[in-house]
Amino acid sequence: MSVDVQAPVSADEMMAVEASRRLRDGTVCFVGIGLPSVAANLARRTHAPGCVLVYESGTIGAKPTELPLSIGDGELADTADAVVSVPEMFAYWLQGGRIDVGFLSAAQIDRHGNLNSTVIGDYAHPDVRLPGGGGAPEIALDVADVFILLRQSPRAFVEQLDFTTSLGDNVRVVVTDLGVLEPRDRELTLVAVHPGIDVERVRAATGWSLAVADDVRETEPPTELELQVLRALRTKGR
Amino acid sequence: MGNAVTLAEAVRELVHDGDTVALEGFTHLIPSAVGHELLRQGRRDLTLVRMTPDVVYDQLIGMGAARKLVFSWGGNPGVGSLRRLRDAVEHGWPHPLELEEHSHAGMAAAYAAGAANLPFGVLRGYRGGDLPGLTRVATVTCPFTGEELAAVPAHRPDVGIIHAQRADRRGNVQLWGILGVQKETVLASARSIATVEEIVDELDPRPGAIVLPAWVVDAVALAPGGAHPSYAHGYYDRDNEFYVAWEEIARDRDVFQAWMQRHVLDTADIGEYHASLAAEALAV
Repeated sequence: MSVDVQAPVSADEMMAVEASRRLRDGTVCFVGIGLPSVAANLARRTHAPGCVLVYESGTIGAKPTELPLSIGDGELADTADAVVSVPEMFAYWLQGGRIDVGFLSAAQIDRHGNLNSTVIGDYAHPDVRLPGGGGAPEIALDVADVFILLRQSPRAFVEQLDFTTSLGDNVRVVVTDLGVLEPRDRELTLVAVHPGIDVERVRAATGWSLAVADDVRETEPPTELELQVLRALRTKGR
Repeated sequence: MGNAVTLAEAVRELVHDGDTVALEGFTHLIPSAVGHELLRQGRRDLTLVRMTPDVVYDQLIGMGAARKLVFSWGGNPGVGSLRRLRDAVEHGWPHPLELEEHSHAGMAAAYAAGAANLPFGVLRGYRGGDLPGLTRVATVTCPFTGEELAAVPAHRPDVGIIHAQRADRRGNVQLWGILGVQKETVLASARSIATVEEIVDELDPRPGAIVLPAWVVDAVALAPGGAHPSYAHGYYDRDNEFYVAWEEIARDRDVFQAWMQRHVLDTADIGEYHASLAAEALAV
């Protein structure tokens, strides 16, 4: 399959690449649909072939050839090392402490990495009813390291969450379309900006007074191999 | 076969207005055909239990069949919102919907507790965050270690409803692939219905398959294609395009109602439903 590696790098691609680089060979990774699935599948096809993909539908060690549209696509079960029931997934594997990394996203995040994926507005009379926490509340508590992938804007990076769906205690990194934030003294701090992005732009996209590390670096642009593999990944049904 | 009936008979005998019903299937084997039959028979005032409401509950909620929803993730997987669920919660249309919201881990523990005939499920969860103050969850103390744990009341639906790949002529039900919480749902419920893709003489073994013995399933009904737009592993794939299209159908109240009238209320069963969808696809 031929893919164009010359086309400009999109924000989503930068996020997926930056997240995938943080997965090690052998990392057991709880994956959601969308960018986390892209990142984990990219890692598995490049530097971390032994990365274990666990989808909450109960598929452990899934090796999809195409990106699934849902966490329960049939190919995940066909290619998995093991398929377990949902109660078993959450009790034995997640609560059992068998998962290293969990990816989360949300509509809102605060400076401590707490997330809202439940409502915008008041819970009883919401302006926007979001899907809700799903697996997130316990993923946030039970995995060793939480990675967050979220586009940065003042609407999403807020001083005060409308609702706290999951806690930020185990958040190790937040990869956005503008840069990378990591907790320093329990506060998310800008540690890297993507190529072409300056710190002021990141500040402007943050709804709180953003802490910035003294030694902000620039993230490495995607390599040709990363782009090649990334662009060859296709989402089913799309 | 003792428990073999038509789906219409199963719903008529086993599901009543006001019942608590759980239609389960975690992205796979979602019992959509039963949801449609509940609407054809005009069931009302239902408490709907399901981890991921999906299109099937968007339809039931949008048609006004539900009084309450017990759930943990209410979106269109890989696409976005469930528009009818949102309209009910945000605007009370077609009427207000009471919510009892949990996490996936909490819902799974509640089903497992129900199946085990226990009053509550226990887990290390619901710590911090705003949900614990708004839903049915409490704290229990471990009598051995003193650790505080979350307790969720067991799910004990009036009717547990699943779709499976096959049943044999005695009514034993076999499913494989992603197993979700179907076994727990059937065992936690007072009554149960399973629709199946086919009925065979003998159930030969399949990797990873589970069997629900005939004597725990009240009714088994043939409904080929009954999991659409989800899938039946080994029979047909997930209709991902339909999930994308549902966003447009469900966005508008009138478009939604016309679609439901044409493809669900004006069809007699799952066969006619699929014929109706095929006819529409040809006409485009």
